[in-house]
Amino acid sequence: MATGIKDKVAILGMGCAQFGERWDTDSSALMREAFDEALADAGIERSQIEAGWYGSALDNVNVGNSPIPASTALRLDGIPFTRVENMCATGTEALRGAAYAVASGAVDIAVAIGAEKLKDTGYGGLPIPFKGTFNDMWMPMGSSPAGFAQLAAGYRAKHGMSKEDLKRGMAHVSWKSHQNGVSSPKAHLRKAVPMETIINAPMISEPLGLFDCCGVSDGAACAIVTTPEIARALGKKELVTVKAIQLAISSGIESQMNTWDGSHVRNTRSAATRAYKEAGITDPRTQLNLIEVHDCFSITELVTMEDLFISKEGKAVNDILDGFYDADGQVPCQIDGGLKCFGHPIGATGLRMAYEVYSQLLGRTGERQISSPSMGLTHNLGGVPYQGIACISILGLA
Amino acid sequence: MADFGIKRFGGYVPRLRIDRSLIADAHRWMAPNLRGQAKGARAFASWDEDAVTMAVEAGRDCFNGRPSDAIEAVYLASTSLPYADLQHAALVASALDLPTAIASNDAGYSQRAGTSGLLQALKVGEEALFIASDAPVAKPASTQELSYGAGAAAFLLGTGDDVVARLLGAASVTAPFVDHFRAARERYDYFWEERWVRDEGYAKLAPQAIAQALSKAGIAENDLTHFVMPSLQRGAADAVAKKIGFAGKPADGLAECVGYAGTAHALLMLAHVLETATAGDRILLVGFGQGADALVFEVTAAIGNAQPRNGVSGAIANGIATDSYLRMLSFYDGIDLEWGMRSEKVAKTALTEQYRSGSQIDALIAGKCGTCATIQFPRLEYCVNPDCNAPASQFEDYSLVDEPSQVFTYTADWLSFHPAPPLYVGFVQFDNGARILMEVVDVGPDGLEVGTPLKLTYRIKERDRARGFNRYFWKAAPAGVVGA
Repeated sequence: MATGIKDKVAILGMGCAQFGERWDTDSSALMREAFDEALADAGIERSQIEAGWYGSALDNVNVGNSPIPASTALRLDGIPFTRVENMCATGTEALRGAAYAVASGAVDIAVAIGAEKLKDTGYGGLPIPFKGTFNDMWMPMGSSPAGFAQLAAGYRAKHGMSKEDLKRGMAHVSWKSHQNGVSSPKAHLRKAVPMETIINAPMISEPLGLFDCCGVSDGAACAIVTTPEIARALGKKELVTVKAIQLAISSGIESQMNTWDGSHVRNTRSAATRAYKEAGITDPRTQLNLIEVHDCFSITELVTMEDLFISKEGKAVNDILDGFYDADGQVPCQIDGGLKCFGHPIGATGLRMAYEVYSQLLGRTGERQISSPSMGLTHNLGGVPYQGIACISILGLA
Repeated sequence: MADFGIKRFGGYVPRLRIDRSLIADAHRWMAPNLRGQAKGARAFASWDEDAVTMAVEAGRDCFNGRPSDAIEAVYLASTSLPYADLQHAALVASALDLPTAIASNDAGYSQRAGTSGLLQALKVGEEALFIASDAPVAKPASTQELSYGAGAAAFLLGTGDDVVARLLGAASVTAPFVDHFRAARERYDYFWEERWVRDEGYAKLAPQAIAQALSKAGIAENDLTHFVMPSLQRGAADAVAKKIGFAGKPADGLAECVGYAGTAHALLMLAHVLETATAGDRILLVGFGQGADALVFEVTAAIGNAQPRNGVSGAIANGIATDSYLRMLSFYDGIDLEWGMRSEKVAKTALTEQYRSGSQIDALIAGKCGTCATIQFPRLEYCVNPDCNAPASQFEDYSLVDEPSQVFTYTADWLSFHPAPPLYVGFVQFDNGARILMEVVDVGPDGLEVGTPLKLTYRIKERDRARGFNRYFWKAAPAGVVGA
């Protein structure tokens, strides 16, 4: 019977590059920024790292295939290094690989690094992915917002909600993140945005307007993990340990059967259920002190509040409008501004979220620091709500 | 050939319409005299419609859901087919889920490919599906840009008690009369003087063929009930009708709402006439172009049992008015617009995969699980039902093209590259439980909502402009007022 990885892995150090339109910086330099900070935080030498996981989603606007460019950029010689790609959950997937390696006892110290250089596409938004020789013959080629916008129609139909009421809840999601982003120095966008600007923005994919969508930016983040014992031996007093990392991928049920109601993301619920069990969480609404969720679009964050079992079904809008997830609410969500303000350099995002939770747990976040958190969650969603990848990590003080 | 003829018929006209006045207004600065022809509306093919997709729709209208196992051949006539050496009839047959053990052929290179092809198919005497489909393209600011339209007509030919129109007789004349031409690599037609075409062409060649056909049919001019002759020229059909002594009113040329559908037009008019024809009616069908064809049919009592699904009338009634001339121009590549970098996506098709996926993609054949009865598209290796997961070897074919469905989710996507923005996309929920993410087309001003009834339509899924290859697939459209 598997026992999970709870408290078997400690985060020794983390780093995060400055996110944004990094016109003069390439992927290698972004990785270097994140890696240098993580290495200094960990207090180890490069030569002590025994294995690496590199997350990058788009090889054509990054460094290419394989982990070789990453191991070359970081000058990590001769160790096992793996490139992982799990769509928008890629960053957390890299962390999962490194954590599992340490938890298994295979290595003592492993690095997870994720980077993406989206501003090299030449336009805003994500490139259109190739879906395979068969799928490209029948699947409509909608954009990412088009995939998630369909949740809004499904959610309205399920809960009998008006377009206006749902849009108000969605707008508060974006408004809150922009408020939080102001005190987040590494965020790409750091400007508060008035509610009416959000509501009246040009349409991207109905009902998602411009401010319902996260930005596109460049970024990288890095984690160095080890066992709690080694971390203490290396002089770490306050430890952040991994309480759980769980991943759930769709088998096509949502998009091929009529059992899914269109209002939620099944895989988030699967991953959350398993992650809570692994971490020993029975009441996420009171036990989680902060969360960083995949707010690629405002509607995504809204339904995620229900999929993480924090808000009751059909009641996320109420909690959101009540300020439950605001910086001064009971469970602050996107205290750093989220994807909304950081943008979504895909390979980096999950690790960027972990960086915020890690930093908050250690009381390092200055102006936006919340009062003595002990448990935080990160959540990524890759693909589309009806055929996707959900990855959840829970980090806490040991 | 007395007992052989048309058993079923159907038609299709693209739903998009534009008032001719909008076209004329756009060109008024340089061609003010176009205004004189700017009456009524014309149909135009959407960016994802062509002679192949219209042929499939006409074929579906003709079959009206009835099985077609007895078919021995499928023929397609057109002068606006997308390929130079790829047989389009085979594409149409696959989309219509016809048996593979049939003959097939394309007819083209002639304005009377429709009537000549139909006559040839009738002479062969096999049960066959004959379709004429055309979306002729006219040069911007030409008179043809106003008069052209698009459409397709389909006829199931055969013998038996269910023949609705027997061929009594037919004749052709052939002459090197060049009223207009389109060079093999050119996009647009080049026309000669109208009055010469009318007086020396239509008025002299058509009556020769008609006289012979009537003689073979053993009837006289005044035995005819319907005179069906397409013409690009106003009044040409009336002049020929008058010249041969036809006493009635020539059949509706569909100029008011469809426009001239090229080589399909004669057959489109015939399908339209058959909708209201009654037993005993005699129909003269004339095709013109480097000569003329004349076919004489007699309508039988079976006409009462053979109505198309929507018919030409239904297609005409189901139009969607558009308000932008530039939209139409863009759809037929008459203007080179900046679509942005997103339009640069590589759309290359793996022909191996296309052939392998066969009827799944072409005819939207889902799999019905032999264990749990879940209907699923695409059909992958195991049943999607998590309580079943039976292997696909237990699946039976299940066509989804005529199954009732409605909108389950939707959005209007303004970000993706789409030739007719926004891209409407969402899940189509079939009443039988199947669910597919599909593009939704022909969305009118009312938009979509969860629960909007849908019907499926065969379209170009994506055009690979770099290699000139179309991917065809099915899309959903609001069911509209007709054929829901």
